[in-house]
Amino acid sequence: MEHKDKQKQTFYVVGKRLDGLDEKAKVAGSVIYADDFTMERMLYAKVFRSTRASAKIKSIDTTAARSLPGVVTVITAEDVPNNRSVTGAVGQTAELGLVQTVQQLVLAEDRVRFYGEPIALVAAEDPDIAKAALKLIKIEYEDIPGVFDPEEAMKDDTPKVHGDNNIIAHWELRRGDIDKAFREADVIVENDYQTQFQEHAHLEPESGVAWIDDDGVLNLRVATQVIEQYREIAHILGIAESKVRIRGTLIGGGFGGKEDLTVEPYIALLSWKTGRPVKLTYEREEMMYGRHKRHPYKMRYKHGATKDGQLVAMEATLISDSGAYVYLSSWVLLYSTVHSTGPYYIPNVKVDSYSVLTNNIYTSAFRSFGAIQVAVACESQMDILARELKMDPAELRAKNYLKTGDKTGTGQRIDSEVLLTETQEAAVKALGDRSKPSAPYMKVGRGFASCWQSYGRMCYLHDTSSAWVGMELDGSAVVRCGIPDLGGGQRESLRQIAAELIGAPLERVHVISTDSQVTPLAGTVTATRALFMSGNAVKLAAEAIRHDLLQKASEMLGENPENLDMCDGEVFASRNRENKIPLAQVVKAIKSEGNPLEVLRTFRAPAAEPVTREILEGQIFPDFTFGSQAAEVEVNTLTGKVNVSKMVGAYDVGKAINPKRVEGQIEGGMAQGLGYALLEEFIEDKGIPQNVNLTTYILPTSKDVPDIQSIILESGSGKGPFGAKGIGEPAIVATAPAILNAIYDAVGVRIKKIPATPESVFYHLKERGERT
Amino acid sequence: MAERSEMREVKIKVNDEWVTGLVKSSTTLLRFLRDNGFTEVKKGCDEGDCGACTVLLDGKAITSCLILALQADGKEVTTIKKTGDQLLETLKEAFVKYEACQCGFCSPGTIITARWLLNENPRPNREEIRDALSGNLCRCTGYQKIVDAIEHVSET
Repeated sequence: MEHKDKQKQTFYVVGKRLDGLDEKAKVAGSVIYADDFTMERMLYAKVFRSTRASAKIKSIDTTAARSLPGVVTVITAEDVPNNRSVTGAVGQTAELGLVQTVQQLVLAEDRVRFYGEPIALVAAEDPDIAKAALKLIKIEYEDIPGVFDPEEAMKDDTPKVHGDNNIIAHWELRRGDIDKAFREADVIVENDYQTQFQEHAHLEPESGVAWIDDDGVLNLRVATQVIEQYREIAHILGIAESKVRIRGTLIGGGFGGKEDLTVEPYIALLSWKTGRPVKLTYEREEMMYGRHKRHPYKMRYKHGATKDGQLVAMEATLISDSGAYVYLSSWVLLYSTVHSTGPYYIPNVKVDSYSVLTNNIYTSAFRSFGAIQVAVACESQMDILARELKMDPAELRAKNYLKTGDKTGTGQRIDSEVLLTETQEAAVKALGDRSKPSAPYMKVGRGFASCWQSYGRMCYLHDTSSAWVGMELDGSAVVRCGIPDLGGGQRESLRQIAAELIGAPLERVHVISTDSQVTPLAGTVTATRALFMSGNAVKLAAEAIRHDLLQKASEMLGENPENLDMCDGEVFASRNRENKIPLAQVVKAIKSEGNPLEVLRTFRAPAAEPVTREILEGQIFPDFTFGSQAAEVEVNTLTGKVNVSKMVGAYDVGKAINPKRVEGQIEGGMAQGLGYALLEEFIEDKGIPQNVNLTTYILPTSKDVPDIQSIILESGSGKGPFGAKGIGEPAIVATAPAILNAIYDAVGVRIKKIPATPESVFYHLKERGERT
Repeated sequence: MAERSEMREVKIKVNDEWVTGLVKSSTTLLRFLRDNGFTEVKKGCDEGDCGACTVLLDGKAITSCLILALQADGKEVTTIKKTGDQLLETLKEAFVKYEACQCGFCSPGTIITARWLLNENPRPNREEIRDALSGNLCRCTGYQKIVDAIEHVSET
């Protein structure tokens, strides 16, 4: 019998800053990450990659490589049973609709389309031998013209990367009468913005080991955000899906970089062919030039407003660089299009977005998945507009923020609470007093930005997540859930939710996760969906158990179930804690009556019909997280260097399951956003990578990131467990525009192309004619 | 496989345990440690840029990917699994309490750097902590809570 959902009043575990068991294991050094795992007779793999951006493969000769002592096998495309990927994108169960799906290739066939494209695989007894074997592979290329700029690639007479059209996706927003609205606007602001390739740079390289177990099942133990990829692997090998098992590891950072297939097809192929375990771990340089990046965007934005600051019109054109293969580009573009209005109500909207193939590095998922680029443009526009109107930027935004009940640019009704004004005030207030410049040539400035980001996958995917909870005789419990843990404490959240509802002490709840044949599938750890989906699934299962526990305990204690609560292994009367009974006793009583106290539940996200037209309409996402960030910078007018001296991020997360983990997400997201704004750019010159290690691709260090303050607001109005929303991606969205707005405040230059490197700021200052 | 004549024997003390092995002259200390089961020492870049492989070599924090195993012959290496070091244990507890550890991949290196810092400078201010940490990249935490954790330990 299902438990009627009654909102819990008192929390003993959820909402507390409890220490996690996974964190304890990590600092003890006892967690076995993907590359830490070895097996007997294990082989080591390496990938042979293209050194051309656009070329035919005239010939490839692997004879010398095969003959090297210690090399066991070399594989090329002709050895792959199904070299073309079936699903255009990962984990998808519904058709994409309009979008042209260009298949991904496991290994290049007769042509390479980007520098770094995988062509062959080597497996050897020793990683050094495998590396030496790569050098012995002889390849003859014939260069063919490539295209490296997405705007160029849209034209008819440019080289085509696949098929006969480089435009692989086009989305639209249409609302109202845009021409009329602009005619009637008092103020119009129009600008072009540009963003760069960003690299995930998760500290743990992509890695995994594959082997065939004694049941004949191909096992992959791999750092992945998506264990459902076992289906893809089965298809590539031409074997049954039931014969592939993915065991995900605790991941050393992902950010979307471990969402598409990484090492899985390669270790699967090599292990299947050799019959031996095979390990593949990417080198850092290989990760830089061979793995996907965040989409660079070119954006033209035009806003119209009344003289008292009411937004009346917004028109935008977005062009994203899909690189050499589609992967998730069309979905990222969809996210950008939906989020392009910013968290504002705008009655007249016209947006056209395009994703275009080039011979650059392919682009795909990266934290925020398309919402971050448009925030750079939109929040800069709002700042510019405010100054045109001689209005306080805070006031202008507050006047136009979405409210509960408003409809977004797709006509989706916002049904959660919207605490944008509160987050804006909190963030700006927390900056405190303006710092004094540290020298006469330093200028201090402040800026802020508001943002929104969906949580949960697109509704038309009919997303689900399952979890199993079972009580042990001694009152301890096991939770089984497929959700992978990226390092953000996804698994620990499930532990806290289960412990809260079933009354077991936190350390007696064991969570076994991320095994496609042992744990119920919970879906991807992407799209800020982990807590929302798997948290709700665990909650459903644990509530069902809770119902049975309280029912039996009420008989044993002589109290109504509504007057009972549980915590720390005891069931007790809420009004009289002395009337109590050990949880274990209740469990034993229930089990002895033939109720195994094991529950499997599936949580279903709000669903919608598939997108069938280019115009995006209706409910696209389950819900959105709203927040604001503020920054203070000090600009060195002699060198152009921007030092961020203070940062604040304020978000309504609905309910913080563990506040210190929520803060960790906000702070980490902001640091990554700082890198995006000022330091990070992966550069290619006609498709040839220019910076392929961490000295030339600059990541923020502890000296680049200031003290960050994270502020949590809890409206309780989210669709996640206990009213929670998501925070993983929202945390990164507002940082770059907040910093850009602060730079303007400091030195009066508007940077519209990121990263705002010292060179860029310096030349902007020079152009403006002012150096001190 | 390398010729036997190219291999040399090394003997390195790792966390109170003498470990011997045959290495090439080009084998890094990082590779030696991981091949001998000390997988708590992480490989993030293998070229000295990220700090994930940081260990103490005779008490000094170094990136083990830039040291050859032969250079460490006869010396003492400390990883986060070293027992009996109270300050190290306190740091680990603080990292958990202050949520300075998210994915945990940078933690073995970062905690060792912190251990070395507190040896050199028992009461560092936040700027000095950030300075010492600048060779340990973290992509998850934004460094805030790592600095908080180390500051807390230094104050107690």
